[in-house]
Amino acid sequence: MSIQQTDTPASSPIANDAGMSPLHKAIFLGLLAFLVVLPFMVYPVFAMKIMCFALFAAAFNLLLGFGGLLSFGHAAYFGGASYVAAHAAKVWGLTPELAVLSGAAAAAFLGLIIGSLSIRRQGIYFAMVTLAFAQMVYFVALQAEFTGGEDGIQSVPRGKLFGLISLEDNISLYFFVLALTFGGILFLYRVVHSPFGQVLKAIRENEPRAISLGYDVNRYKLIVFVLSATFAGLAGATKSQVFQLASLTDVHWAMSGEVVLMTLLGGMGTVFGPILGAAMIVTMQNYLATFGAWVTVIQGVIFVIGVLLFREGIIGVISRWLKRPL
Amino acid sequence: MFELLGISPQVLLGQLLLGLINGAFYAILSLGLAVIFGLLNIINFAHGALYMAGAFVAWILLHYLGIGYWPALILAPLIVGAFGIVLERTMMSRLYKLDHLYGLLLTFGLALIIQGLFRNYYGISGLPYQIPSQLSGGQNLGFMFLPNYRAWVVVASIVVCFGTWFMIEKTRLGAYLRAATENPALVSAFGINVPLLITLTYGFGVALAGFAGVLAAPIYSVNPNMGADLIIVVFAVVVIGGMGSILGAIITGYMLGIVEGLTRVFYPEGSAVVIFVIMAIVLLIKPEGLFGKEAR
Amino acid sequence: MMKKLSLATALCALSTGAAFAQEIDVKLGVLNDRSGVYADLSGEGSVVAARMAVEDFKAADKGLNVEIISADHQNKPDIGSNIARQWYEVDGVNAILDVPTSSVALAVADITAEKNGVLIDSGAGSTQLTREQCRPTTVHWTYDTAALATGTGAAMTNAGGKKWFFLTADYAFGHSLEENTARVVEDNGGEVVGQVNVPFPAQDFSSFLLQAQGSGADVIGLANAGGDTVNAIKQASEFGITQAGQKLAALLFFVTDVHALGAQTAQGLSLTEAFYWDQNDNTRAWSKRFMDIQDAQPTMVQAGVYSGTMAYLAAVEALGSAEDGKAIVAKMKEMEFNDPLFGKVTVRGDGRALHDMYLFEVKSPDESTGEWDLYNQISSITGEEAFLPMLPECDFTKQ
Repeated sequence: MSIQQTDTPASSPIANDAGMSPLHKAIFLGLLAFLVVLPFMVYPVFAMKIMCFALFAAAFNLLLGFGGLLSFGHAAYFGGASYVAAHAAKVWGLTPELAVLSGAAAAAFLGLIIGSLSIRRQGIYFAMVTLAFAQMVYFVALQAEFTGGEDGIQSVPRGKLFGLISLEDNISLYFFVLALTFGGILFLYRVVHSPFGQVLKAIRENEPRAISLGYDVNRYKLIVFVLSATFAGLAGATKSQVFQLASLTDVHWAMSGEVVLMTLLGGMGTVFGPILGAAMIVTMQNYLATFGAWVTVIQGVIFVIGVLLFREGIIGVISRWLKRPL
Repeated sequence: MFELLGISPQVLLGQLLLGLINGAFYAILSLGLAVIFGLLNIINFAHGALYMAGAFVAWILLHYLGIGYWPALILAPLIVGAFGIVLERTMMSRLYKLDHLYGLLLTFGLALIIQGLFRNYYGISGLPYQIPSQLSGGQNLGFMFLPNYRAWVVVASIVVCFGTWFMIEKTRLGAYLRAATENPALVSAFGINVPLLITLTYGFGVALAGFAGVLAAPIYSVNPNMGADLIIVVFAVVVIGGMGSILGAIITGYMLGIVEGLTRVFYPEGSAVVIFVIMAIVLLIKPEGLFGKEAR
Repeated sequence: MMKKLSLATALCALSTGAAFAQEIDVKLGVLNDRSGVYADLSGEGSVVAARMAVEDFKAADKGLNVEIISADHQNKPDIGSNIARQWYEVDGVNAILDVPTSSVALAVADITAEKNGVLIDSGAGSTQLTREQCRPTTVHWTYDTAALATGTGAAMTNAGGKKWFFLTADYAFGHSLEENTARVVEDNGGEVVGQVNVPFPAQDFSSFLLQAQGSGADVIGLANAGGDTVNAIKQASEFGITQAGQKLAALLFFVTDVHALGAQTAQGLSLTEAFYWDQNDNTRAWSKRFMDIQDAQPTMVQAGVYSGTMAYLAAVEALGSAEDGKAIVAKMKEMEFNDPLFGKVTVRGDGRALHDMYLFEVKSPDESTGEWDLYNQISSITGEEAFLPMLPECDFTKQ
């Protein structure tokens, strides 16, 4: 399933190959300024949850929006990394930054195996193979000893950053998470706007032509798959440090569906769409928790309206109005 | 008599039969999914929710109107099918020109809505639905006790599945359908109302899900979650059989029911995941599926 | 009636006039499943029960300003712990009530201890709450898997069901339920002839039931919960397993589940509960009030939320503050409670609430006079017998 974008300005070549376009730079700076004051305005753990999911959605968007590959099994990397990071912090006693890194490394490894097997398939088959592999990862998470079954890995210590700075306090943890997720999103941005990203775009728009130009298409696809898995893993590993918990929720296929929802709602193939989409879905889940079963209904309605009326996503629509890629 | 890993042939035979019965549900559901995908190019994620709705409609008919199992077996699929037609006319028809992804996402959203609504009105514990008196009891086959109702499920499923296959592959109406899949413009040039054909096909595919729901009501608890996890499995069945292949969906449905049944004897913990393992292997070796025509 | 009422109001007026000049703010959070498998047995009904407790406690007259909030943890430990943390850190919640689903309850118990709140758990069954993961701020009110195993397991083994086969939901909860019951069965002279791990959740149990049938066991122990148990029982009756003389033991089963099955299918089933609406005049009167609001009879979990809330409020009143969770729980362990639903209740040093448990048998459709007329009471078991003995390291009154 190659996701062909209609010819909106969002998919036109990025004007500025070298640095960041001034508009994007301004938005990133504004976002950063906002995020620095955010924990003093809202509950920090809630803000951290949004940032983790924003990175997850951005990593997913790299594969879907820029690589043109719809994975239906991204929960495997998100959840798998969160288990590894939780285990590393709790049982091996690693410091938070090492725990998170080991989670991301595990996700990269998983992505390499699953990716090399699945990129040979296309479209709906690609989606289904990734789903099948993700179900197997779920099975392992349910059965393996170290994952704690349905209890998950609980009471993960927050530990000391570099062995020095205690992260027990929500605010210091917040800035650790901010650095990781914001850094991750900036890195993904760089990837998309690099020569590598241009090749990806060429493959997405016309694969046979890219092949005839001499590009090893499968290698590019595998690299983008592994990158996406790694950053999804970074997000999951960070989440396990924030909530001091890794659980089956993170590896369940519903999580794979949720990240699709976030990306779609915000606007796939845009830079800021997944971030906004993640923020909206997490906020909604948080504030609608008291409505019980209505949350599912409301989420479903958003899905339906989104697909029928706003296929480009919110940022996609704004980007079309402004006639600028966002 | 030989023994296989400590399992006596009697037990094995019993398990094969049970697998076939479960396969009967997979076959009806995956058939509906395959029919819809074949003609509409939509992956109907709402299939599980509509299966659940079929069971609920049967319960509602009984509880509020006193309409029993046999009429419900006809009425509930009609009601679910009509509901499907409304969905198709108002929503899905806008998506045919687009990527498959959007149909999948739309129906995913619809599934959330349908399940959420039933959950709000009927709670989660489930509701009782009795086996019709004509089919209560069972036969002792020597190697196992076969409830009459389960035997009926297999018969009903085989009749419906092969009836559908016959209709699509061997009749004039079926020929129109297949032609409309290949080349809608040409078929409508012959004066055939293609949008109507598509709408009716979706209604039919969904009605099959409703039918499976009514069949399931007396043996599984009628609850809002009964279709939630099933959809993923049925989905895998369709992919293994080959997307859009009618016969493939039917045969794979029965076959995987049996494979799953055997897994339950030899490695019960793995029975929930075996279908996905098979799916991954099939897709890697023969991506078009066991019965698919060509790889895309 | 009239006379009693006026006396009560007079007493209240007296006490408010004397002791309580200032108001004590108490904020209670009912955290449970409002959309998933446990929504009917806890859910909104538990919130209603908590409100009824505040009303019956006459909190306002006693100078307690009680506010109740609620949320859905969706049976996911990450969502549950997030809400719990936010409740303590931002919303100023003093105590969290109910919390079904063991994995969520264990996560919330940890956070509660960290934040010095109070967890009065009614919905979860894990014995870990008062054993491996005991905390000085946890009170486990209504039941646990060990008590259910003792009730049902001992009764059925002693009634002649010596050989057991377990259908175990393949997750930690199912395994612990099986383990608890197997121990009780063996202690009472029975034996376990086999078991099978069933993936969770499952729709179709016929294959596993057939294995159980082939084992020649007297009793098939269902170490699962909710919809899984309902399906297993339904299919056991369909395959003629119960008719052929094998008995089923539902190890975790609630009145709402029996209601869902219907007396026709569930008849003869033995189960253990802490409360049944039709036990005596008090429970009937209370349940009628509950029924008027909720349109269903209360489960033991909901009744437990009521009973636990009453006890908590009494401890807060005695201390004159709701701030120090550890102190409140310590106070609860000193007191003795008596409420219309659970009767006499004490709280042990490890946080385990002790009260009577009851063994019930589901009525046949002929005996049952109404939709909710479902149980015959067979026997009662005292709290000391029903629950596991306390681990010395968990006795917080000695530390």
